[in-house]
Formats: sequence, structure tokens, C-alpha cells
Amino acid sequence: MDITGLLGAMPGAVAQGMIWGIMAIGVYITFKILDLADLTVDGSMVTGMAVCAMLMAAGWNVWTAMLIATLAGMGAGLLTGIFHTVMGIPAILAGILTQLILWSVNLKIMGKANQALPARKFDVLLTQLRTNEALIVLVIFCVVIVAILYAFFGTKFGTAIRATGCNEKMARAQGINTNRNKVIGFIISNGIVALSGALLAQYSGKADINDGRGAIVIGLAAVIIGEAVFSRFSQSFILRLTGVIVGGIIYYIVYQTVIFLGLDTDLLKMLSAIVVAIFLAIPYMKKTYFSKPGKRNKEVQ
Amino acid sequence: MLEIKSISKIFNAGTVNEKVALNGLSLTLNTGDFVTVIGGNGAGKSTLLNSIAGTYPVDEGKIFIDNIDVTNLPEYKRAKYIGRVFQDPMVGTATDMWIEENMALAMRRGKSRGLSWAIKNSDRKYFKELLSQLDLGLENRLSTKVGLLSGGQRQAITLLMASMNSPKLLLLDEHTAALDPKTASKVLDITDKIVESNHLTTLMITHNMSDAIRLGNRLIMMNEGKIILDISGEEKKNLTVEHLLQMFEKVSGAKLENDRMLLNNE
Repeated sequence: MDITGLLGAMPGAVAQGMIWGIMAIGVYITFKILDLADLTVDGSMVTGMAVCAMLMAAGWNVWTAMLIATLAGMGAGLLTGIFHTVMGIPAILAGILTQLILWSVNLKIMGKANQALPARKFDVLLTQLRTNEALIVLVIFCVVIVAILYAFFGTKFGTAIRATGCNEKMARAQGINTNRNKVIGFIISNGIVALSGALLAQYSGKADINDGRGAIVIGLAAVIIGEAVFSRFSQSFILRLTGVIVGGIIYYIVYQTVIFLGLDTDLLKMLSAIVVAIFLAIPYMKKTYFSKPGKRNKEVQ
Repeated sequence: MLEIKSISKIFNAGTVNEKVALNGLSLTLNTGDFVTVIGGNGAGKSTLLNSIAGTYPVDEGKIFIDNIDVTNLPEYKRAKYIGRVFQDPMVGTATDMWIEENMALAMRRGKSRGLSWAIKNSDRKYFKELLSQLDLGLENRLSTKVGLLSGGQRQAITLLMASMNSPKLLLLDEHTAALDPKTASKVLDITDKIVESNHLTTLMITHNMSDAIRLGNRLIMMNEGKIILDISGEEKKNLTVEHLLQMFEKVSGAKLENDRMLLNNE
């Protein structure tokens, strides 16, 4: 085996990891801040890719295409939010319904199962053909997104959204419209996910209806890895967000490495899901099977 | 201040589990009233408070706060007028957020929440001042997660939060019941101080009859979704637990079947 081959693949892995890290920040907003599992992302990721690819193929400016892609993702989030809050459908099911709706919508947007967006022909912001340049663009995107979210969740409005996810009863008692805040959380989350989709379409030079399959699992993996790595050092919000992106990068480095080691790529999705399942189970298993009787009360508190 | 006009609430109506929690209950509170509420299990005390707060809608009747009809307002809109402390210390605060963030949330109760910073330095000074009144040493722990505090500390902070912005009504739902006796009495002292200094119109449910007699200027006893006793002024000051038990038996025609209340007579 040629180790230089692996090293050569690393910048690409880091770039892909950052794109999925941005996507995972969207997952973080619903899963960690709002305490809701939102499966819309498998669909809204592709919506972002499809809208961006189609608009650019039709000759639109890259920035406008990305903006509209983001807005399309926000629309998907709005739909899930309405399913969940106005119609009272459990969040997980609401997300699955929107995801299924988006499957059809995405096919209609593209008119077929995939759309090429070759960097030779289009003026894209980033492409896997020039990874160094792509890395710079992605670092800028990551820094701006983390900074904006950090600021937002420190505002009166942002803390009210955090309170909604942390303790709904308390939030309502403090006059917070928890349903509206959940909808806004879904909107922001899926907007970010669609934006990462727009970036991915440009980077990979295509949009494909299947690209979003299992996105939620990759997002969760990035969130969990980021938490495992960063929570030791600091609880600060800005580091947690950064940790999510780093989590995405680590995920893709591991991904590239196991491919390099000759693992059957058909098994990758299964392995990702198993890794996520194990990490999600750890807090529960620790509490249920490994805690000493005297300690249990403390943990609950 | 608070005017409740014959409200009713039936849970699981039409099923074998049907439970009439409030049965045409009417109650008027004057500004500055500190009313203690006692009654056996299932008398409808918590349902009364939750109906006022808007946790669920009532089936019949009307509720007015300061002449504003709040009967159909959702819970979060009524919060503008109401401060609340719950029985479970976990409920009143956001565990994963800091003390100052919790207090800043409470400070905006009933106001808009825009895109300016949640906490300014002047707010921190104000929070410290309030916290130092509690005498629990919390004034130097503004950026401690509330989840790390004890139940008593959390109830004390929830009380401070509930009394911010001078609410028109303070609702206390057995807020010391989950605390150990020593902490409970400390939190009750704090309650008395806060209600007194802010002149808050207060409804406090308690299962402790001597507390119900000692605190406040008015006492109501509930049974089967109705108010069966309403005592205030001099008459309340001269009450004894013994006397109260006798009155209960006379009015309701039954013995007070509530071990918790009887055990708490001291």
C-alpha cells in the first residue's frame, strides 16, 4: 500500500469534512439546541444541491444560486415546523414526511435524477479539482457561519430559542412562544443544511438525488465526535460549534482511511450508523448499567 | 386584580376516568392579597393555578386579570401578567443555561425579544443585587449552570425570576414541597420577603396548614373543585390547625383524608 496515496487524499477529505461539518451545524441546532431529531435534512441537503446546480446551469450567478438554495432549505424547515407545531405531528415523523415530499420536489427541480455542474464550464466558488483553493473558501464559510450563530444565540431572541429546547415549560412560563421558536429553529437548521448542499454540489461538480441519503447520520456522527473531542476542554458555545465542524473533518479523515485500507465501500453506511448508535447509547448505558446505586441521584440532578 | 367567574374543568370527560377538577369555582383577589390555598389530594388546587396560568383551557367560565379577559390567551401570552414557581425545582429554570441567562430570560417576560445581546453589564449588576438578597452566596456565581445548583437554590432563583417585572399575579404551586424541612423554611422566608417588598398579589398552594395560617392575609380551602372556606383578616390570624380541621369536617361532612397535610401540622 502506498501511504502517499492516503496523504494525497487528505486535503480532499478535510474539504468534504468541512462541508459536512457545516451541514452538521444544522443538525446541532435541532438535535442539541432544540432537543428535536429532524430527519428533514436528508432531503433539504439535496434541495440545496439541486437548486444551486440548476440555477447555475441556467446561467445564474453563484451567489444568487446559493442564496436561493438556502432559502429553499429554509422553506423545507418551515414545512417540518408546521407539521410539528401546528399539526401536532411528532418531530421525527414530521421530518420524515417532509423528507419524502422533498424526494419528489428534488426530482422535479432537476427534472431527472442528477445534474452535472462541471467546474470547467461554470464559475463555481470551489471544486475538488483545486482542493487548496476550496479549503480556503470553506474555512471562510465555517468562520462566518460559526460567528453569526454564536452571536445569534447570545441575543435575547437566541437565548429564548435555547430555553425552548432546554425547558419548554419554563420557557412558556417566561412568556416565550415555544412553538414559533421551534419553527424558527427548523428553518435556520435546514437553511444551513441546504447551504452546505449548495457547497457540496459545486465541490463535487454534480447534484444527485441520492446524495442526501443518510445525511442525518453523518451529521449526528460529526456532532458526537465533535462533542467527544471538545467537551473535555471547554463548554463554551463557540468551541462546541467549532467542534461540530472538526467532528465532520475527523469523520471524513476516518472515512478516507478505511477506504484506503481496503474496506468494502458498500459497508460504509452501515458502519457509520453503528458508530453513531454506539455513541448515542453510551450516556444511557453508563447511567443504567454502570452507575453505583449511591451515585445515581447525583447524576439525575 | 384577579377575577375568576365560575370556571369548570373536567379531565377525561365521558370516560370511566372522568374527573371533575374544578366545579364552577369563583374567586376574586384584591390587589396585594397574599392567599394561601389548602385542601386534600385531588381538591383541584393545582388545576386552579394551571387554569389561571393557561397551561390548559377551562371548559367553562371566565378569568380576568386586571379586567383583561385572559380566558382564551395562550400560556405564553398570559406570562406577561403572571410569575410562577412550580413544585418540581427542575421545572422553573433552564438547567443547561447559566444563572444570569435564566434571569435575563425572566427579565424579558412579557416583552419583545429582539436581536440585541441578551445580557448587558448593567443587567449583571442588577442580578447580583437581587441574588445577594437571597443570602445564598449565588451573587458570585452568575455564570454557573443552574443544573449544578441544589433544589432549594433553584427554587430561590425561580422565585426571584417570577417576581421580576412586578407581575400582576404570583402563582406558587407547593413550591417548597420537594425540599427538605430546613431548606423549605428558608425558601418560605424568602417568599414572604419577596412578596412583601414587591407587594405582589399571590396565590400559594401549600400542604402545610401552619404555614397556610402563618403566611398571607387570606386563606382558602378547597374540596372537590370548589372553595369551601374563605377566611381573611382577624379571623385568619386567630386560626389554629385544630380549628381549621374542625371547620373542614363541618363544611365538607368528611374527615380530611390527606396524610401529608395531617403529618405536617407540627
